[in-house]
Amino acid sequence: MIYFEKVSKIYNSDKVPALEDITLSIKPKEFVSIVGHSGAGKTTLLKMLIAEEKPTTGSIFFESANIHELPRAQMYKYRRKIGMIFQDFRLIPHKTAYENISFAMEAAGKPDEDIASDVPHILELVDLSEKANHFPRQLSGGEQQRVAIGRAIINQPDVIVADEPTGNLDPMNAYEIVQILQKINEFDTTVLVATHNKGVVDLVGRRVITMERGKIIRDDESGGYVL
Amino acid sequence: MMKVADTSYNIIMKWITFRRMFSSGAKNFVRSGIVSFATVLIMVVTLGIISMLIFLSALLQQTLTAIEQKVDVSVYFVTTAAPSDIVAFQNKLKQLPQVAQITYTSRNDALSQFRARHANDQLTLQALNELGSNPLDASISILAKNPSQYDSIVKFLNTGPALSANGTSIIDRINYAQNKTVINRITFAIGATQKIGIGIALIFALASIIIAFATVRLVIYTSRDEITVMRLVGASNAYIRGPFIITGVIAGVMAALIVLLLLIPITWYIGGETTLWFGGFNFFLYYRQHAVYIASIIIGAGFFLGSTASFIAIRRYLTA
Repeated sequence: MIYFEKVSKIYNSDKVPALEDITLSIKPKEFVSIVGHSGAGKTTLLKMLIAEEKPTTGSIFFESANIHELPRAQMYKYRRKIGMIFQDFRLIPHKTAYENISFAMEAAGKPDEDIASDVPHILELVDLSEKANHFPRQLSGGEQQRVAIGRAIINQPDVIVADEPTGNLDPMNAYEIVQILQKINEFDTTVLVATHNKGVVDLVGRRVITMERGKIIRDDESGGYVL
Repeated sequence: MMKVADTSYNIIMKWITFRRMFSSGAKNFVRSGIVSFATVLIMVVTLGIISMLIFLSALLQQTLTAIEQKVDVSVYFVTTAAPSDIVAFQNKLKQLPQVAQITYTSRNDALSQFRARHANDQLTLQALNELGSNPLDASISILAKNPSQYDSIVKFLNTGPALSANGTSIIDRINYAQNKTVINRITFAIGATQKIGIGIALIFALASIIIAFATVRLVIYTSRDEITVMRLVGASNAYIRGPFIITGVIAGVMAALIVLLLLIPITWYIGGETTLWFGGFNFFLYYRQHAVYIASIIIGAGFFLGSTASFIAIRRYLTA
């Protein structure tokens, strides 16, 4: 489903590559944890997948398409297949929780009736029905992350990509977020989580890719957090 | 049948997309509060300067037209000229295609006008009375259809078309040459004022347009993270750009409406105070008579300014 072929990334200002010769394959319905210290290359790897960064060398394929060769006009359609979750939530500040979620559906051109029926359902799923009309500044960190998850899954993407989704959360909220991600995966959505939270990785107990200095140093089919 | 259904679906979807972009743009405008207020304020200044440019241009144009209308050729007749010869001469002039209007002032009329003009000058009137007879000449003033035609009228007058029964000329003098010099100077001065005035106003307008552009750019700069998120959740560039352009248009049109409203008391006050000073040009009257024209320009400029500034400002964030 996702294939990284000898991908390297060197930023202009750096002598050390952010990613070096990464070859990696991810199958549909997998739950993959990518672990490593800060600066190991986890975020760069995910940014390549969502086409926010271009590789210096190598290619990344999503199904059969080389995503960095997609025409600009096709890029947004590709991104609709991926739901993104960030450490800093990245909600639109002047939209309510409801509007932040419905925006993803509106942008995908979904009819009003579908939006009216799906958004309340997703808000219920992430346990935020009561706070649908709250703006992000009126929500706690955990609640904001749940809105971000709602936005990521509303269009039923093929893949969920989460970059340190629990980084700004307390253990209780982090546990809830991981449970939601596991539930999403149970509905056959591929999930990629970059984290350095040992508790999260151990809780999931699925495939773990360990990175160090831009390289993959371990790839365990079923494992825990080992560094 | 299938094609018709597809077309209808596409039209409906385009309408829904536009409605969503409009609604989102309007909400952004309202929710951005102080930022929207600042943008509108800057645009009010810009559009205010543009409206000043319109009034300045109209004022200078009217002054030029008024001066052009004051240009005429005055022909003074010898005191012995018979009225029948003058009438015959007038008839000849009327046949000239360049002539728009001829006004005859008899010797008695000239005397009455002179007395009225010097009603408070007893010394002059006394001197006039002591002369015992009317020393003033009868005259006609000739107005050309176009100021450039005076030369050809004067050329005609110099061919000696006004002769009395005994063959002598009844024309005493033609004052076009000295009038022409003065009028040319005034026209040149007004033309220069018009160019310099409009030039300065254009520089101001340009400066304020740049400031308005910079303000909109700053507003969109503060939304750059939001734009990145929109891209990452799969919004097309057009769908991201739309609400920002709508917000810009709302700010521009709102600023235009404020300027149009503010112009009512401003032109009313200036009009009352300065009509005599500006040679009869009344700002309020001009605004009332050209309300649709001015409103179209100001609202059009607001629309253009808001949409173009937003379009250009957001372009750099939609490159990937």
